Amino acid sequence: MNNLDLLTAITVFVLSVLVGIEVISKVPATLHTPLMSGSNSVHGIVVIGAMLIAAESHTWLGYVLAFVAMAFGAMNVVGGYVVTDRMLEMFKPKPAAPEKKQEV
Amino acid sequence: MDTVSNAVHYIFLAAAACFVLGLHLMNHPRTARRGNTLSAGAMAVAIGATVWLVADQDRISSTGWLVLVSGGVLGAALGLWAAREVQMTAMPQLVSLFNAVGGGAAALIAVNDLLQAEDAVLLGARVSLPGALDIVIGAVTFSGSLIAAGKLQGVVSGAPVVFPGARLLNVLLPTAFVVGTVWLVLAPDSRTALYGLVAVALLFGVTMVLPIGGADMPVVIALLNAFTGSAVAMAGFVLDETALIIAGMLVSASGGILTKLMADAMNRSIANIVIGGFGTGDTAAPVEDGAPAQVRSVSADDVAIQLAYARKVIFVPGYGLAAAQAQHELGDLAKLLTDHGIDVSYAVHPVAGRMPGHMNVLLAEANVPYTQLKEMDDVNPAFPQADVALVIGANDVTNPIARRPGNAISGMPILDVDKAKSVVVIKRSMGHGYAGIDNELYTDPRTGMFFTDAKRGLAELKTAVGEFVG
Repeated sequence: MNNLDLLTAITVFVLSVLVGIEVISKVPATLHTPLMSGSNSVHGIVVIGAMLIAAESHTWLGYVLAFVAMAFGAMNVVGGYVVTDRMLEMFKPKPAAPEKKQEV
Repeated sequence: MDTVSNAVHYIFLAAAACFVLGLHLMNHPRTARRGNTLSAGAMAVAIGATVWLVADQDRISSTGWLVLVSGGVLGAALGLWAAREVQMTAMPQLVSLFNAVGGGAAALIAVNDLLQAEDAVLLGARVSLPGALDIVIGAVTFSGSLIAAGKLQGVVSGAPVVFPGARLLNVLLPTAFVVGTVWLVLAPDSRTALYGLVAVALLFGVTMVLPIGGADMPVVIALLNAFTGSAVAMAGFVLDETALIIAGMLVSASGGILTKLMADAMNRSIANIVIGGFGTGDTAAPVEDGAPAQVRSVSADDVAIQLAYARKVIFVPGYGLAAAQAQHELGDLAKLLTDHGIDVSYAVHPVAGRMPGHMNVLLAEANVPYTQLKEMDDVNPAFPQADVALVIGANDVTNPIARRPGNAISGMPILDVDKAKSVVVIKRSMGHGYAGIDNELYTDPRTGMFFTDAKRGLAELKTAVGEFVG
């Protein structure tokens, strides 16, 4: 699978850090917890790696490792996005007050 | 590269771009949810593309498919269940747990890659070096995050656990890392080097987090988040997948920034926290009950009058509020005051809660609109105009002593609660905060101490205020 030369990989690595720093320093403290769990789900992309090793595994040990990696990765992705959405849904500009219907 | 592989890699690139955009949309509460949905959608497409790639290459065995699907379904189900059921106060544990599984999966990828290589000796440092780093970082994150989650959940003692030789071990283990990494790079086929490195890394994760006190958890979780990102990026180097490198480093940058912000907010260096700082736990046990003579004790009715006749009230919630699960009572009280035309806002210190931004989530859960949640730098100039500052379960972050040199919290950024026209502190007793020092705010003549449990106290206040403004 060696389709990526080292220099390209390192270039991507360095630029990603810089983009990350740039984008994330603008997030307000109010949203730090959702940011953290959101970025948590982004590293769930490791599940793709787990799928690739599952495809390359042909031994008993390899299958076990791939199975655990798949389960870990999938838990990370699914749980991360769902819980982040649950949190962000609560952030509202106005209090959700179903009993207070009168207009000002 | 064949056509399918090419197409899949373009899809990965688009997904990576969506992750960046998704994080960018997180910079405002209004757009954040959309950002998360975008990111999740991109992830789903990337996973779908990978299935296509794996099927197209046709190197996967039927057992491989079984492993892939069953592992994925099991993990997804567990993740979904955990995400649905978790209490907002338990959010730090969950994030920590996701760090653990992410780091664990990344480490397993490298382990598997080295085990599966037909002729590992020929791999070269291009694969074996990131592989070794992936194993070290991933395994440290895995065990470290599990311990952190255990501490937050109360399964593992929240107090710093110090055992004889711990410091020595924390010096010896990194040496073992270097030796193990070099060994594995030189001899990628050595099983001893591989398993040895995994074992040392797992052990280090435990010994690194155990001695850290519960109150330093916001920093630790952020740091472990950065570690997980790096481990995933290393897995990207091992597998030659740029998508993993990009996503991993985005997370790493995020974790790194948050770690720095948290450490700054406590005025401590990251090294100082990891090595073990104050040597105290969650909150020191209350040393004495009841109020010494010099503090002014007030009743619910006294406070209610103050609140009802105020024009501007600032709430200062701390971890004590979350521990007492009193955020809903606070939200109700605030709503009552707001409906009565009183200007209400919340001063949230960066380290309030058990992870970065935790208090904001708890308040959002209690239906507090985010427009009332104020960051430290924005709210500090507003304290002199506040008629009442109501402190609930916050201690060290309100202590004016931090402005003077020569004490445990000198230089720590604090909320200027003492500048408000009057201050009310809801607190169970005169116990110390985790820095273990007296809070000068409590003895200020303008401060009234309302000694009660946060949840009960706020409910009483709401009833009392309701009678005045009713």
